[in-house]
Amino acid sequence: MTALAVALAAAVAAACVVAVALPFLREPSARADALAEPDERARLRLSLAEARDRALIALKELEFDHRTGKVSDEDYRALVGPLRREAADALRGLEDGAR
Amino acid sequence: MAELGRAALVVTLGLSLYALAAGAAAAHLRRRRLAASAQNALLAAFVSTAIAAAVLFAAFARDDFSFVTVAQTSSRTLPFGYSLSAFWGGQAGSLLLWLLLLTAYGAAAVLLNRRRARDLVVWVVPVLGAISVFFSFLIVAVASPFHTQVAPADGAGLNPSLQNPYMLAHPPFLYLGYVGLAVPFAFAMGALLSGRTDERWLVATRRWTLFAWACLGIGQLLGAHWAYKEVGWGGYYAWDPVENAALMPWLASTAFLHSVMIQEKRGMLKVWNVVLVILAFSLSLFGTFLTRSGVLNSIHSFTESSIGPWFLGFITAVAAASLALVFARLPLLRAKTKLESLVSREATFLYNNLLLVALTLTILWGVAWPILSEAVRGESVVVGRPYYDFFLRIFGLPLLLLMGIGPLVAWRRASLRGLLKTFAWPFGVALLAGTGLLALGAGSSIPGLVAYSFSVFVLASIALEFGRGTRARRSLSGGSWPRAFSDLIARNRRRYGGYVVHAAIVMLALGIAGSSAYDSVKEAKLRPGQSMAIGDYTLAYRRLVERPAANATEVRAVLDVRRGGERLGTLEAGKNAYTVEQQVSNEVAIRSDYVTGEDLFVIAEQIDADGAVYFRVFVKPLVNLIWLAGIVFVLGSLVALWPDAREERRLALRYFEAGLPAAE
Repeated sequence: MTALAVALAAAVAAACVVAVALPFLREPSARADALAEPDERARLRLSLAEARDRALIALKELEFDHRTGKVSDEDYRALVGPLRREAADALRGLEDGAR
Repeated sequence: MAELGRAALVVTLGLSLYALAAGAAAAHLRRRRLAASAQNALLAAFVSTAIAAAVLFAAFARDDFSFVTVAQTSSRTLPFGYSLSAFWGGQAGSLLLWLLLLTAYGAAAVLLNRRRARDLVVWVVPVLGAISVFFSFLIVAVASPFHTQVAPADGAGLNPSLQNPYMLAHPPFLYLGYVGLAVPFAFAMGALLSGRTDERWLVATRRWTLFAWACLGIGQLLGAHWAYKEVGWGGYYAWDPVENAALMPWLASTAFLHSVMIQEKRGMLKVWNVVLVILAFSLSLFGTFLTRSGVLNSIHSFTESSIGPWFLGFITAVAAASLALVFARLPLLRAKTKLESLVSREATFLYNNLLLVALTLTILWGVAWPILSEAVRGESVVVGRPYYDFFLRIFGLPLLLLMGIGPLVAWRRASLRGLLKTFAWPFGVALLAGTGLLALGAGSSIPGLVAYSFSVFVLASIALEFGRGTRARRSLSGGSWPRAFSDLIARNRRRYGGYVVHAAIVMLALGIAGSSAYDSVKEAKLRPGQSMAIGDYTLAYRRLVERPAANATEVRAVLDVRRGGERLGTLEAGKNAYTVEQQVSNEVAIRSDYVTGEDLFVIAEQIDADGAVYFRVFVKPLVNLIWLAGIVFVLGSLVALWPDAREERRLALRYFEAGLPAAE
């Protein structure tokens, strides 16, 4: 039993070493080994896209809450303008970045 | 086969060390192949840990008492099904379960996120590796489940309280919760280490946190039901430190699940959210420490060992290192927006957070004070039920009220006139209910009456939300009412799943208030033929019976139960004498009325040789709402957890537009 256990343990260890070494075995001499990461521009675009989505979702919820009666006409009028401006600013930023 | 288990754990330790060191080097030096190699190490660590777990389980299944842990927690007469309970009933087995779940979560989190949040995952791997190093080191060097000995003829057996179907589910669910909180923690640390404090770490961990939180909640309810039916003291939650240990991370993650919405909707509370994730994970480690270190003398702390100092050191290191990292990254966590009004959805979430954290810290103090007192002053101090009940009322009742207020208040700000209009209906219903209950005599407990009235307010506000939402959805897209209702939920699963969870919490509050504020208890020593009365019930003690069971001898007192003139049947309360374990357990009898939610609960406290039995009988109104709340809780969690195709498309578009590597 001990010999079998030792053999199995050795097989498990060997399989794990292969799994860990796999990226190097597949590409022994990788030309481009640097990690792809978002540059400054991508990060800015991501932040603008997040701001746009945030504003659009908030607008959608505001419209729905107004329709259900949870948000009064007075509150709706006060909130909708700034939200539209936020969405427009983010969209404009994304468009400017695309040029 | 112990050698295989031991070797597999050493391999796990080696792989975890590699994931930590190579992962950190790859993230720092920006090396792609090294990062992939570290990720593979984390995946392989799951496989090697699963092999170790399989070896241990096989030992339990074969009654191989040459394994010390098997001999300590199992026996030949133990039914096969409880081999699993025995697996995690001992310290070494439960730590192995921790490690197995941790490596499983780590592998799954890496596999599912390595495309979308590649630059983040690179930093997540060493964090998960570090946690895995600690647990695998502990199991390899301090508390190995693979210690062997000359096999005795039979094992010592499993604690009778653990020989229960609930013990097959309660510990794994708790552990799924405890360990699951490692994922949001690792992503939060990954975000801070990489300096990527955008929303991706929240998006990547949202469902993991929800899943871990739901598992912790389910685990606690299963534990409460187990305590109610099996431990036999007449209650379901005793503010036992180990019960509190599971409650604290659940409360902290509840706060996080709410405050994370403020960050997503308004870009605020970034520091607070990271701190809550650290708190929740540290408390989950603290919970494991309490359960497994033997530092407490409670029913859950069956074993004592030398792992305590290691655990304390690790918890301190985790808290100190992560808070230092938050401090170092403060400039990246500054919010660009501010709270616009104290009357807004985000403000109610903030109040909810403050109350939840205050309750968590209060419970933490109640748990830690006796330990600190004994360590520093050498005096044993008991923090009992009155302390916890007091703070549960102080923080819990306003929390209950906020559950009704929050959904009705708009984001950003709400005018007084709008609020009065929105609140009129639920407030009116709650007032009516409170007055009615007062007239019916519920005023005997003021906290109970307040809890009932607040609960009605919350239920009314949830009903209002669903009702108005369905009507609005129907007017927008036409179709039938059921279609509009399902559309409403499908379009915002988190919000409406959350409301269903709120309904579950209300049911829980009603059950707790009913069974604790309005319960009755009576004690009597009866001989066969004698009767006792409690409330509308009459119990007649008929006879004592003794019969053999699989691994115990059962003694039962048979009682005829009547209510008014109606015969309701018989109940059998008694004790089990376990042969191998040399222990006796209380076996309570419960008659549930599923229409009223009330239980008649009978304990045979003492059975005399002459057949006389000392009975303790409870009538617990509404207690079954607590268990029903568990089902509703699972339902609400599933709704909130269900994948949202619209959101997936929106996120894919967002990452594509940003030109992130994940979108390639």
